[in-house]
Amino acid sequence: MTAGHTSYAEDFQAVQATLPGAGVPWLQQLRTAAMESFLDSGFPTPRTEDWKYTDLRSLTRRHYTPASRPRPDSITVPADAWWQDELQHRLVFIDGHFMPELCPLGPLLSGVTITSLARVLEQQPELLEHRLGHNTDLEQPGFNAFNTAFMRDGAYIRLGAGAVLEQPVHLLFIATGTNASLRPVRNMIVAGAHSHATVIESYVALNDAAGLTSAVTEISLETGAHIEHYKLEEESASASHIAGIYVTQDRDSRFDSHNIAQGGQLVRNDLQVALNGPGAATALNGLTITRGRQHVDNHTRVDHNAAQACSDEWYRGILDDRSRAVFNGRIVVHANAQQTVSHQHNHNLLLSGDAEVDAKPQLEINADDVQCTHGCTVGQLDEEALFYFRSRGVDATMARNLLVYAFAADVLERIRLQPVRRMLEQRLAGRFMETEVLDSLRDRLSG
Amino acid sequence: MNIAAGEMLAITGLQVAVEGKTILNSIDLKVRAGELHAIMGPNGSGKSTFAQVLAGRETYEVLQGSARFLGQDLLDLPPEERARRGLFLAFQYPVEIPGVSNIYFLKAALNAVRRHRGVDELDAMDFISLVKEKLAAMQMNEDLLYRSVNEGFSGGEKKRNEILQMMVLEPVLTILDETDSGLDIDALKVVADGVNSMRSPERAFIVVTHYQRLLNYIEPDYVHVLSGGRIARSGGPELAIELEQRGYGWLEPGEGAVP
Repeated sequence: MTAGHTSYAEDFQAVQATLPGAGVPWLQQLRTAAMESFLDSGFPTPRTEDWKYTDLRSLTRRHYTPASRPRPDSITVPADAWWQDELQHRLVFIDGHFMPELCPLGPLLSGVTITSLARVLEQQPELLEHRLGHNTDLEQPGFNAFNTAFMRDGAYIRLGAGAVLEQPVHLLFIATGTNASLRPVRNMIVAGAHSHATVIESYVALNDAAGLTSAVTEISLETGAHIEHYKLEEESASASHIAGIYVTQDRDSRFDSHNIAQGGQLVRNDLQVALNGPGAATALNGLTITRGRQHVDNHTRVDHNAAQACSDEWYRGILDDRSRAVFNGRIVVHANAQQTVSHQHNHNLLLSGDAEVDAKPQLEINADDVQCTHGCTVGQLDEEALFYFRSRGVDATMARNLLVYAFAADVLERIRLQPVRRMLEQRLAGRFMETEVLDSLRDRLSG
Repeated sequence: MNIAAGEMLAITGLQVAVEGKTILNSIDLKVRAGELHAIMGPNGSGKSTFAQVLAGRETYEVLQGSARFLGQDLLDLPPEERARRGLFLAFQYPVEIPGVSNIYFLKAALNAVRRHRGVDELDAMDFISLVKEKLAAMQMNEDLLYRSVNEGFSGGEKKRNEILQMMVLEPVLTILDETDSGLDIDALKVVADGVNSMRSPERAFIVVTHYQRLLNYIEPDYVHVLSGGRIARSGGPELAIELEQRGYGWLEPGEGAVP
């Protein structure tokens, strides 16, 4: 239990009546129960096994207050946050508040709903009654309960059976707040049978917006559905970002995740996928890039609950300065999950002697007819490769940058959405390259 | 200091240690433009150390002596400067670089060298046609260009790839470090043809090898035998043949060494 977390009871009392769906009994009950659970458990401490390597003191010694709705005319969204102007499906949230004024939605296919979660809670709460909180990890009530109590808004995406969205849906979350501002985000994606969509959650900061983002995304895939999900975290170097993505998959569905963490002072991502139907497949692709005193903790968990499901996980970390990263990848193959195929790879590159990574693959296999592998490495830049480059005339700095870039390349190459890939290449190039190298990178990637 | 006519490399009293252990004692060698020198010697004689120290490998410590390359103090230059001035080392064990395509590696290298020479970078079309021409000469598969540098290449493909790089970069001084080791006879001929196609009055070569076999295809002007960290004997091509027949044993330090 964390001292001071009980002070959130007052905030809850103060805002409760103003939260969306305040008059809906089941929701009120859900929030109250969540608040009670949070008051009971508090934020996790290092004594909680799953939080062993992540020191939350910088977060728990502050008190965060739910951010109020900013005036839309006070906001200038940085041009590169849009990264693709012509997108039709985009929802913009500022400090957790939906801002339709900043980006009107384009026309939608029939059978597709893309809207703000608050609107659904106000207008059709019954759509969410048996879904909200259904996927989240009940063993870890701390942040999830906190989020459920304070959740205000986020995206609601519902794809009817067979609906195929050609264009990606971009959920843009912009932080503008002060040190003390709390930005709760709650997203819900329900993909009907054989539907398909690509959803991007991107988190950016204006100026040096600090504060705390608490984000929970629940995703349900029905039979044969396919969701490609991107989480692009680029909060400011003084912000805290605690996020959970909870996925359930029915038979023959496919969930592809790309989890890219570059910003934030203290970042935690919980990504949990339950493969509940035979033939379900998931690919978890992750890239963490840290410097300064950043701390990024990725906890992934895949539950093989059904036979003949596949999971394929590729996480890479690049750490500089005194930054730290945690990778905890848990794969649980349950007793009935025969013919599971599961591969996990985690590779970390330390660019500084002071950087540190805690990597922990955990495989629990309770079935006998399975194919499971995992590999984990922590290393430094290959001196032999550096010398090889230099012996061909390439200077040491460029050689070093190219090798760092190359280390990230296999994650980038798995990103199918070209605008996202290009944006990330530029971000990475900006971080590790001199600008003149950018063009030649195109050649490298195109062959 | 005057540069003797056509003198490319002048090594005097070179003494080199690695991790505190002296590997090369006192090497003297002069290489003029147009010449091909073979450096032979048994395992552990310091052949590879010699090759690597010339290319600028930082794990080797030069204790004494000098090496001048085209009138410049070579040992003071970082490896990339040496390469840009026209020195090329074909590695005994070419390095695998996952994530960097072979074609990009070639291009980065060629651009670095061309910038140093003050010529424009090649445009994409000219570059690719240059590379494809050399690739054909080395009888290499085009898909090797688009794979990560040396990753998953066979031993022979790696060695051919070294010669391909040499042909693209057109160095003035090439050092081949046991390029022949592990090659079958066909690959050996291809590699030798690649080297021979580059021989000219302006260029010089130092061919480091354990066996005389390569020298059947690449004819040396001089043969030097390295033993115990010194050049124990120097001679013409006939010395290589003698070594093939008699082995290295008769050259152990103290026996017939050239002072």
